[in-house]
Amino acid sequence: MEITALLEIVDVSRHFDDFVALDKVSLRIEAGEFFTLLGPSGCGKTTLLRLLAGFDQPDGGDILLDDKSIISAPPEQRPLHTIFQNYALFPHMTVAENIGFPLRMAGCAKKDIQARVSEALENVRLPDKARHYPDALSGGQKQRIAIARALVNRPRLLLLDEPLSALDAKLREQMQIELINLQKDIGITFIYVTHDQGEALALSHRIAVMDQGRIVQVDVPERLYGFPNSRFVADFIGKCNLLEGNVREQQGNSVTVELDGLGPVHVCRSETKCVAGSRCALTLRPEKIRIAANVSPTEDESHFSGSVHDMLYLGDVTVYIVALSNGLLLEALLANSASGRTNFFEVGDSVEVAWSCDAGHLVLE
Amino acid sequence: MQGKAWYKYLLSLPPMAYLLIFFAAPTFIMLFASFRYAGEYGGLAPWYLHEGGRLTLDLTLENWQRLLETDIYLRLFLRSIGYAVATTLLCMVMGYPLALMIARSGRKHRDLLLLLVILPFWSNFLVRIYAWMIIFSPAGALTRMINGALELLGMGSVTLMYSPTAMLVCLVYVHLPFMVLPLYANLEKHDLDLLDAAQDLGAGKWRRFWLITWPLSLPGITAGSILVFIPVLGMFAIPDLLGGTNGIMIGNVIKQQFMESRDWPFGSVLSMVLTVTAVAVVLLGSRLGARREGR
Amino acid sequence: MRKKNVLLWLSAALVYLFLYLPLVIVVVFSFNDSKLNAEWVGFTWKWYGKLLHNREMLGAAMNSLIIATVSAGVATILGTLAGMAMSQYRLRLLQLLVLAPIAMPEILMGVSLLVLFILVNMTLGLMSIMLAHITFCIGFVALSVQARMSSMDPALVEAARDLGASPWRCFREITLPLLMPGILAGALMAFTLSIDDFVITFFTAGVGSSTLPLQIYSMVKIAVTPEVNAVSTLLMLLTLVVITAASRLSPTIFRGE
Repeated sequence: MEITALLEIVDVSRHFDDFVALDKVSLRIEAGEFFTLLGPSGCGKTTLLRLLAGFDQPDGGDILLDDKSIISAPPEQRPLHTIFQNYALFPHMTVAENIGFPLRMAGCAKKDIQARVSEALENVRLPDKARHYPDALSGGQKQRIAIARALVNRPRLLLLDEPLSALDAKLREQMQIELINLQKDIGITFIYVTHDQGEALALSHRIAVMDQGRIVQVDVPERLYGFPNSRFVADFIGKCNLLEGNVREQQGNSVTVELDGLGPVHVCRSETKCVAGSRCALTLRPEKIRIAANVSPTEDESHFSGSVHDMLYLGDVTVYIVALSNGLLLEALLANSASGRTNFFEVGDSVEVAWSCDAGHLVLE
Repeated sequence: MQGKAWYKYLLSLPPMAYLLIFFAAPTFIMLFASFRYAGEYGGLAPWYLHEGGRLTLDLTLENWQRLLETDIYLRLFLRSIGYAVATTLLCMVMGYPLALMIARSGRKHRDLLLLLVILPFWSNFLVRIYAWMIIFSPAGALTRMINGALELLGMGSVTLMYSPTAMLVCLVYVHLPFMVLPLYANLEKHDLDLLDAAQDLGAGKWRRFWLITWPLSLPGITAGSILVFIPVLGMFAIPDLLGGTNGIMIGNVIKQQFMESRDWPFGSVLSMVLTVTAVAVVLLGSRLGARREGR
Repeated sequence: MRKKNVLLWLSAALVYLFLYLPLVIVVVFSFNDSKLNAEWVGFTWKWYGKLLHNREMLGAAMNSLIIATVSAGVATILGTLAGMAMSQYRLRLLQLLVLAPIAMPEILMGVSLLVLFILVNMTLGLMSIMLAHITFCIGFVALSVQARMSSMDPALVEAARDLGASPWRCFREITLPLLMPGILAGALMAFTLSIDDFVITFFTAGVGSSTLPLQIYSMVKIAVTPEVNAVSTLLMLLTLVVITAASRLSPTIFRGE
């Protein structure tokens, strides 16, 4: 099925009395993308989704679908559908009637409706539930029916408002894989809202990180993780160590940073444009830090000494919190891949940490 | 979504208009009527006079002054309040155990038990009064039994009918569900874990009730009390049938003014007093309720 | 850990007894072959028979039914509108107007409506009774509908719009069916309240028309025969049926108040 859509959000603003929910937000979403809006509660992602669906009107800006503004169109006239957090299946209609609802609203013939409903049920692998009522279904089944209902009349765009948050962990993982496959098979554009950064990283082609009504960074998952553009993004996505310091000098991709209380550190292959003397932070992912009693650093590595302050055994990995000489607590990860004893260090042990010069990424904000 | 404003008016205007005409307006008309003279043949005299081509207002305060002329009406008023208070307290005493029991019962039984409380209430109002007339009648078994016992003890006989006792019993009987239902609605929402926690910390059965259940149920008690107090205040059928000459309440006098004496202005005055009292009680009750929630 | 409190159950049982005994007496004596409600003499259907030939009574019964049906009908429409408005918007005035008739003593509404009707030179009769009944029934329907609407998931309406339903179709397909139990329960309550009403009807009935409660009142005041018991029993039966139906439709209707 070839369905393409190009959605453009231009300088959209929305405020409620004094509270600014969205502040001049602009985005371009390509056809066939799995695009995610990611951010903490209150960042505006759900507000934006509701504006796209038509349940609310922006105070400024425009929303264009295929280069045509859809702001003045009511929800029932927009060629996009929403998957709600609590599924919103109509309790007084059977599953078949639920799925057939949009077709009925569009005026399809009865025979057509029957055929397409059966087809939709086959697609979500629930063909024998047609006559059942929603309250007889499990959470995962309800979610699949909600998706079937939203896709049955082939919308241009699907909006998903934290659809998996009501499911338990194992089921959520299953549904995530199903969603990825579904999106790939049908090729329809998904706009997904979540506060779970792990979910966003796993599902999306591109992610827009939002905070307090603004877009902070839009990128593919790997670059968001490896090259966050601010402390906020670095901290929000995955675990991150933030080492504050001043830029001493920059020569091309090579930057020397004076870390507070620790000394100079060399960052190579840096993509951040720094000005000498300005404040910055080095973002360091825990898995990029080497930790050992005697770390034997190579030329490209920076190293420091400290002691183990805390540790968390997580089964597959152990997290070590190391206190450095300036009092900073550094989080490092060690995979428990060696056979036998898996606790390499105890609390209080003296250890050394090292990381390669391209392991960290500098952020200025 | 578009069109919100006209939708709001479509929904709210018809019922508002109806109630303004048939509820609010009559109330104000009656307030106005309390300042008019009574008509020659009863009812209301015109409120203006046509004297020599000019319209002059023909209003008076005498109806209100009549209230204060003797202490009859004050005593009447106090008696009505007395009955209202007594009925409310008795309903509280009888209704609380019932509401508590239903709230603590299993899910399956609750609806049935509630229905059983409500059913007598939905039987006709007069039928319920009539039932007590049968019970209290001089020829009835109850009176004969009591008098028989009294005779044995050497005391004279009593008539239960047309007595304050009969009125009170009937008043409680008729209004009991009004106390039970709001109280139940409140008790049902109580978090029973609180009681377990208290027990865990050493509180016995009665203390658990006084320190936890009772305070939490006060909003329910307040609501129930208002729903009992106000109707009793305005009662006239029960005093009329069971009360006898000493049982007359404000409601009876109001009825009398409007139907028999046809002194509508004075009837309006009494109605206004009753209205103000009722409104005051409701405001007091909701103030109390709000204060407790705010704590 | 929650032991069944015997004292509690016992006192509750006594209250139930208190509630039902008088009504049982009324029913039992309706079959009593004696003019007095004093002692049991023998079983008979004759009072019911007399009832069926009592012209006045039958007329009053017919009036009650007509009034209740019309009043419940109009009150249901107005009350449903009010209930929907109250659950979606904050409308202080509407709330006050709807709830005040329920909270005020009935006699006040009765006399004030009497004054209104006479002032506009309306003849008192079925019409005046119906107008009065509608006034106090609206509140009950509104409360029932409001409760039902508040417990409805607002996402359902949004989902329907999202899937292509215009506001009107949304109302017809989603809102109305889901509200229906609340509307019906409210309608049944209004019907029962109207049939049973005494005080307000007393003042607004005028000379020519009578309703069942008014008939009972005059019978009780003037000449008490067990015919009163018989009509009371029948009324109770009717109410029993209607209220059971209402509670089936909307089980929480009696808890919310």
